[in-house]
Amino acid sequence: MTFIYLVLFGFVATAVLGLITSWIDRKVTARVQYRVGPPFLQPFYDIVKLLGKETVIPAGASRGVFLVAPVIGLAGVIAASTLFWVNQFFSDGFMGDWIVAVYLLTVPSLSIILGGFASRNPLASIGASREMKLVIAYELPFILVALVPVINAHSIRLSEIINIQANGGVFAGSLSGILALIVAVLCVQAKLGLVPFDIPEAETEIVEGPLVDYSGPGLAIFRLMKNMLLFTLPFFLIILFFGGFRFSGLNILWTVLEYVGIVAIITVIRNTNPRVRIDQAMNFFWGPMTLLAIVAIILAAKGL
Amino acid sequence: MSLKLKALLKSPWVFHLSTGSCNNCDIETLDCLTPRFDIERFGMLLTGSIKHADVLLITGSCNRMSVVRLKELYAQVPQPCLVVAIGTCAASRGIFKDSYNCPLPLDKIIPVDVYIPGCPPKPEAIIAGVVKLIEKVGSAK
Repeated sequence: MTFIYLVLFGFVATAVLGLITSWIDRKVTARVQYRVGPPFLQPFYDIVKLLGKETVIPAGASRGVFLVAPVIGLAGVIAASTLFWVNQFFSDGFMGDWIVAVYLLTVPSLSIILGGFASRNPLASIGASREMKLVIAYELPFILVALVPVINAHSIRLSEIINIQANGGVFAGSLSGILALIVAVLCVQAKLGLVPFDIPEAETEIVEGPLVDYSGPGLAIFRLMKNMLLFTLPFFLIILFFGGFRFSGLNILWTVLEYVGIVAIITVIRNTNPRVRIDQAMNFFWGPMTLLAIVAIILAAKGL
Repeated sequence: MSLKLKALLKSPWVFHLSTGSCNNCDIETLDCLTPRFDIERFGMLLTGSIKHADVLLITGSCNRMSVVRLKELYAQVPQPCLVVAIGTCAASRGIFKDSYNCPLPLDKIIPVDVYIPGCPPKPEAIIAGVVKLIEKVGSAK
């Protein structure tokens, strides 16, 4: 049974939905720029093509870590999304699975840092060190706002958080919830490495940063991991603030609207902003975002 | 056609390399990425790293300084990889045929799959050339 959750939901469903989401992202970006954009199956072709290419290992790279890093990241995303799917369909979570979810969602960033440093490329090293700073910057407000639903639900179990919202209204309807949601969407933007927080990848200055020396299957797994995150992180936000996916009657429409809404906000932010510097990103997350998160927590503790 | 080849032809990521051109071909190549021509329709993306590339777009007359770099880069491309020579200089050295600084034409240095003549070729010609390349590779195997 665990195998079915892990492979069918954690990997296949998440990968397909993530790739479709990345197509929506690219298509919307193209339409914003008055272009036609890629065909529907484009993300699938990209992954299949990369899987069929040669793997070039740079001279002097740390072979083992270089090859294992993408797999670690993918495993992290699969584990996180499996946890969410299980809590979505069955109340089979365990005590404290919220902590495990936050922990597992950090693993992809760590794998990118590992891969970047292992490839022994100066650009990759710069990218990896920027990624490390960015993780330090956004994790603080992200964990703080993810605490708001925990305070509201008086439980650290994801299934409890979903159940309470199913019975007594979603947390995004309260003042603390809406504040927390705003901060969370911006943190997700940085977690996904999208503009304005694509500082580690910065295509125009350090050509894809940590991924610069990856080719073939390694790059394919990293891209798949990022596309799966593009589904998993909005899914996490929907569980925390909208009470998870609901499939009964008219609620399907609401679920689709919530998901597409979050993805659309992320895409619009990505298309209307320039890239910031790493120190600006750090000031932004440790300054205004952390303050807003603390305000949201105080409001939640007062029951607002 | 195998799935691997089909996927390659559906998403050829291009890497742009200038071997001492006058920059006119480079400007026309970049024009292909603008909203008017939008090569992302064919799944093409401009990559910054040679390790991500499937197609090399080469412009310029291959002067002595850049030949070394060209060979180095060609050795780093993950196979399978296709090479496109853009402009008269890359195709045949053009007016620099007798120059002391351009000892060899591009196709004597690395294998070239398609030539796109013109000084500079129009963006339409570049896109037509790449589409012909895709058709050629697709029907050959």
